[in-house]
Amino acid sequence: MKITPDLSSELTALDRPNSYIGRAVPRPNLKRLTHGRAQYVSDVTLPRMAHVAFVRSPYAHARIKSIDAALAQAAPGVIAVVTGADLAKVITPWVGVLTHLKGIKSAPQHAIAVDVARWQGEAVAAVVARTRAEAEDARALVAVEYGELPAVTDPETALDAATPVIHAALGDNLCFERRHTAGDPDGGFAAADEIVEATFRFGRHTGVTNEPRAVVADWNCGDERLTVYQGTQAPHMMQNLFAKHLGLEEHQVRVITKDVGGSFGIKVHTYADEMATAALSKQLCRPVKFVADRSESFVTDIHARDHRVWAKIGVTRDGAIMAWEIDDLTGIGPYSVYPRTSGIEANQVVNLVGGPYICPNYRALARVVFQNKNVMCQYRAVGHPIATHVTESLVELAAARIGMDPLELRRRNLIPDDAYPAQGPSGIKFEQLSHHETLAHLDAMMNYAGLRAEQARLRERGIYRGVGFASFIEVTNPSAAFYGIGGARISAQDGATVRLDATGAVFCHTGVTEQGQGAEAVIAQCVASGFGVPIEHVRVVTGDTDNVPYGGGTWASRAAGIGGEAAWQAGKALRANVLAVAGQVLQAGPASLDIRGGVVVDRADGRERISLDEVARIAYFRPDTLPPGFQAELVATRHYVPKAWPFAFTNGIQASHVEVDIETGRVTLLKHWCVEDCGTVINPQLVEEQIRGGVVQGLGAALFEKCEYDARGQLLNGNMADYLVPLAAEMPDIEVGHVVSPTTDSELGAKGAGEAGTAGATAAVANAVNDALRVLGAREITEVPITPEAVLRAVGSG
Amino acid sequence: MTEHVRSIALTVNGEDVHETVEARTSLVDFLRDRLGLTGSHVGCEQGVCGACTVRLDGVTVRGCLVLAVQCAGCRVETIEGVSDAGEIADLQEAFVRRNSLQCGFCTPGMLLAVQELLASRQRAGSGAPSREDIRAHLSGNYCRCTGYQAIVDAVEAVARARLTSPLVGRATANGAAARSPSSLVGQGVGAESIGIAP
Repeated sequence: MKITPDLSSELTALDRPNSYIGRAVPRPNLKRLTHGRAQYVSDVTLPRMAHVAFVRSPYAHARIKSIDAALAQAAPGVIAVVTGADLAKVITPWVGVLTHLKGIKSAPQHAIAVDVARWQGEAVAAVVARTRAEAEDARALVAVEYGELPAVTDPETALDAATPVIHAALGDNLCFERRHTAGDPDGGFAAADEIVEATFRFGRHTGVTNEPRAVVADWNCGDERLTVYQGTQAPHMMQNLFAKHLGLEEHQVRVITKDVGGSFGIKVHTYADEMATAALSKQLCRPVKFVADRSESFVTDIHARDHRVWAKIGVTRDGAIMAWEIDDLTGIGPYSVYPRTSGIEANQVVNLVGGPYICPNYRALARVVFQNKNVMCQYRAVGHPIATHVTESLVELAAARIGMDPLELRRRNLIPDDAYPAQGPSGIKFEQLSHHETLAHLDAMMNYAGLRAEQARLRERGIYRGVGFASFIEVTNPSAAFYGIGGARISAQDGATVRLDATGAVFCHTGVTEQGQGAEAVIAQCVASGFGVPIEHVRVVTGDTDNVPYGGGTWASRAAGIGGEAAWQAGKALRANVLAVAGQVLQAGPASLDIRGGVVVDRADGRERISLDEVARIAYFRPDTLPPGFQAELVATRHYVPKAWPFAFTNGIQASHVEVDIETGRVTLLKHWCVEDCGTVINPQLVEEQIRGGVVQGLGAALFEKCEYDARGQLLNGNMADYLVPLAAEMPDIEVGHVVSPTTDSELGAKGAGEAGTAGATAAVANAVNDALRVLGAREITEVPITPEAVLRAVGSG
Repeated sequence: MTEHVRSIALTVNGEDVHETVEARTSLVDFLRDRLGLTGSHVGCEQGVCGACTVRLDGVTVRGCLVLAVQCAGCRVETIEGVSDAGEIADLQEAFVRRNSLQCGFCTPGMLLAVQELLASRQRAGSGAPSREDIRAHLSGNYCRCTGYQAIVDAVEAVARARLTSPLVGRATANGAAARSPSSLVGQGVGAESIGIAP
């Protein structure tokens, strides 16, 4: 453990008395969630609150010729019917670009479409009424005359001269392009004995958060403030954006985030209907609530992963990977999503391909093109599932070509564990990874040799089982390199303020948010350990821009690594402050004291000296008994941002064991394994459940999930009966193991763990299915989701 | 729309309720919007996700697929009532200890579905369900966060514990009247005593 000594003790973060670091402490907020006492935004009601329902374009691309709202205006309960042009007087449009993505372009996007609707589901008018039902009744009475325009729905032809340009002012349908060459790819391929290439296709899918997006906006014209209750991952980012586009000062906007029914990256973006809701509240001077219904979610929650990647690997007969090449084409929506852009996913694919391996010879092209479909943007493990799938499929295809065991090929090419610091072929920097140790751990954990023997035995009985792997890296703990340097006002740093209350308990206000991953528990663990109190004495407050330190929120696996470090440092700072008071009371040097188990003790022998509630009592109610000139400070704030490394990369390896029924094409997931290295593990239970949940989202992508669009840009399966999500019966048990390589950037050494599962699961399953079928001479399946039809076609081709 | 309005009387979590509702109002909207029982959630409004699961005359139903007017004269139980009665205290504690929920949005529906499985097997004397039984029974309850394994773990542990805990067994086998005896409150078997790793 590379933990630096903490300031006032020789003890480290991990072995301080009563340390909660590394312990599976139950989350403090779970009891109310299990008792039906949560408060999600969809539960919020306010006095005078109205409800909005949006009229949405049924066409993927259409001119809005006229909107006749007369009947709707007269319907029962209706307060207002508002068009895009009306609302544009209240809220300004936005453009989703970042300066560090060179050349990225997009067009101004309005809260409600003005003149032209550019995807099926884009709002063209809003109906505000006393109840949601009345708003929906009146919505049906809004008569919109459309002139359908040709829809751009095939990324492959989006840049052709014959294809209509979605935004004439942009000149073409290209949003972003990146080319990258490193090392000597041509020389590498020339030196290879075998070259394997394939075209991979990834189904466009979406987050399907259990609670749909929800927002209640309350413009109070008395105090001229906008309070927004929003299920968001980034309250301060949203505060900035509401203020900026509604013409307010930031201090006039308060964003409150209570319980959030799932996020996964879906709730970290600017949504036109949520911005419109805030604008409607400002216009109408009353609270307005919008909760997406599920059919709206499917056509407005960001989609992701719609990529076609042609890729190539060169390998020698003795198993040395010589070169990589990719050509990634991804079709986003008609706008780059604000403010994080829709260029990041493809950019990440370029960054991450080949990342675990030594081979530096790499050529990449990524193009991001506009489409008349719902927007695409960052969803859990942004770009990782695609890059990992391409890389790991190429590795297993190459292994099969040269007749080498796929784990052995990895052993020969993964960056050695003692070779750090190191960098990937795209130039990404690694502080310390553990590919070989995680692989060895996985090999033993899954009894790989035993599974191979079983596979051979069962094949004789006509049972086809396969084993597939995916080594991966994951971007966590981002510094300002992710968004700040590109001009987005998204905080890279985060803060924690801790306060001793009058009875010895501790409040911690943190800038990171709770989305269900357990941030509140992790923050409480860090504060309790740093300060020295039982964890039950720590109350964590999140999600209120009026009351928490300015921070980035929860995304890119940053809450524990960044927010946790700030909380740990704040806990230590408060300990020093409290010991200064205790030292005055006890006539003892603060350095001779410590706080353990909630009482001030002698550092040397642990003897109790004074209770915290007595320190607090004196400081708050009898400060007259303290020496003149001494001022007790029972609040401390600390901030943290990674400085030494732009990102704290993590790593790991996953394995999937499947059985494929070659008569029906059905793939049964038998078991899944993941060994990951997220540095110091603050709470092993929470890390493991992040891995499991993330894996299952990757399993959904592997076998089930795809937003099916037709050529006119109509989403064909936008409901939960037709869009398949993983349910309990199809999911396997998932075994998780850990290797620990702490980052030295922070004292705790924790990296993120929220996206590792999703990063590698899809690739592992695809490799396992191909492993099962390869003996039949089946064509390699290079498209996900892997449907029964795809399996049967592959087998039939053999 | 007065012709579509009906007066209904029913019991909700043991309390008598007399309300006037539009015929089109779903049970879950009625519970949430009229009675403020927001523990039942709206996820898909087409009966797939299970977030709105409540009990109607002792049997779980989708609150989005039942109309409030259909519940006239019936006994409705929601997560709030079942929690306060102490009927599933052991399950709730096991879910907390095992971190069987993340965002928690599916959890009220999930818990009621689990309770139905365990109670029905107990009534039938068919022993603790296997992991496969549990997974099959919960296939109408969508959870995006956990990947389900932690849920299965908690349910499996509670099912085994209840086999050896006649007190909890009786309470559940009786279908748990809306107000169970207060002596049952808090007598769910602690997770630590049923072998759930912390």
